[in-house]
Amino acid sequence: MIAVDHLAVRAGGFELRDVSFRVPQGAYAVLMGRTGSGKTTLLEALCGLRAAAAGTIRLDGRDVTRWKPAARGIGYVPQDGALFPTMTVRGHLAFPLAIRDRPRAEIDARVAELAGLLGLAQLLDRRPRGLSGGEVQRVALGRALSFRPRILCLDEPLSALDEATRGEMYGVLDAARRAEGVTALHVTHNREDADRLATIRLRIEDGRVVEG
Amino acid sequence: MSAAPSSDGARGIPRNRPDWPFYTGLAILGGAYVVLIVALVVADASFTTPSHIAKALASPEIRFAMRLSLLSCTLTALLSLWVAVPTGYLLARHRFPGRRLVNAILDVPIVLPPLVLGISLLILFQTPPGRALQRVVPVTYTVGAVVLAQFVVACAFAVRTMLVTFEQISPRAEQVALTLGCSRAQAFWQVVLPEARRGILTAATLSWARALGEFGPILVFAGATRLRTEVLPTTVFLELSVGNIEAAAAVSLVMIVAALAVLAIARVFGLGTSSEGVL
Repeated sequence: MIAVDHLAVRAGGFELRDVSFRVPQGAYAVLMGRTGSGKTTLLEALCGLRAAAAGTIRLDGRDVTRWKPAARGIGYVPQDGALFPTMTVRGHLAFPLAIRDRPRAEIDARVAELAGLLGLAQLLDRRPRGLSGGEVQRVALGRALSFRPRILCLDEPLSALDEATRGEMYGVLDAARRAEGVTALHVTHNREDADRLATIRLRIEDGRVVEG
Repeated sequence: MSAAPSSDGARGIPRNRPDWPFYTGLAILGGAYVVLIVALVVADASFTTPSHIAKALASPEIRFAMRLSLLSCTLTALLSLWVAVPTGYLLARHRFPGRRLVNAILDVPIVLPPLVLGISLLILFQTPPGRALQRVVPVTYTVGAVVLAQFVVACAFAVRTMLVTFEQISPRAEQVALTLGCSRAQAFWQVVLPEARRGILTAATLSWARALGEFGPILVFAGATRLRTEVLPTTVFLELSVGNIEAAAAVSLVMIVAALAVLAIARVFGLGTSSEGVL
């Protein structure tokens, strides 16, 4: 469950004010908004990458407004994937668990599970260079899911993909949501994303978030 | 440019002029410099005979200078990285009060005349705090002075390289690492630093090569005492001053080979030309 109340965030000359919305447990919320409407800023604030000037962010009932990004337990899929250039696909999937000092066997099992779910088994030893747009997004999704976050934030995950890959990714995202039981907030400017994925639709306009 | 379409044809229609005069001009201007560089190296190589080199390498003073140059340059490169990596990272990633001033100060060693730098070091270590330090660790006219004189200049180049390196790395991957459970330090060590490895190698080779050629500050601050603070540029100076131009040329060639070897290392690791904007 994501509960945002009266949130204000400043980013350069840009400002979000009095943003309030709810995403219930297990829902897939698609937040629509035009380019420059503050979608990315809002996600960054949720993830703790940008400080809130006012208001509260609660995740599963806990006020995380002042928490460090690491403590929030949000799986974050940024717009361009932002993979780690020096790391293999396997390394990406294992990274969040290695940071948490999980045992080797558990990491291997989780990597195999995600590789199956996201169709990455053939790519595990590859590095990001040379991966296709769809592959990059699947790796970024796998990396974000690997530590079993309760909440997933996706920033235009499909915007750079061609039509066919986009259609395929809808299936992947849907399967991931069902398998992992996460609460998702997906921001996009593409209406089709909402039509295909959303259980809840939100819109951001004039620095505020409204339903519908 | 000279070969751009001109409007002196009939009714202002650009004439169908060839581009080769333009490119010939560029090639002559650029080519002259390349030829000059090659000519310098070739002249050194042709002036020196293997027997000159053998004789120079047999001299205990010159062997000492080679060892000291290798040691001091390597120390300088390591020290420079130790300072340049955190400094470059802070400047590239954070906006803090006085950042522009710090940035400008870091350029001072690059623009300061080398002799001035040497005298400044000498004076610094004669101030009361400098003297107090020297009572515990003597610096002036020691190997320490050699390394410090090299470090002051070489580190500035390493800082520039690391600053450019970190500025070119998107902060996004680092931010993702934070959301995945990393502390700032973990994100730095596990995500940023591996991505910066080429820049780190460039900074190391650049500062090493820079230190190898350092002469003015060393002469003033560390002296030119044989078998004590003599590095290879000092050797060239000392041999020249007694008229032994064969030995000076032989040692020069040794330094050229060392510098080219470092350049080759940088190229082999695929650094390309990305770092060269720094100079």
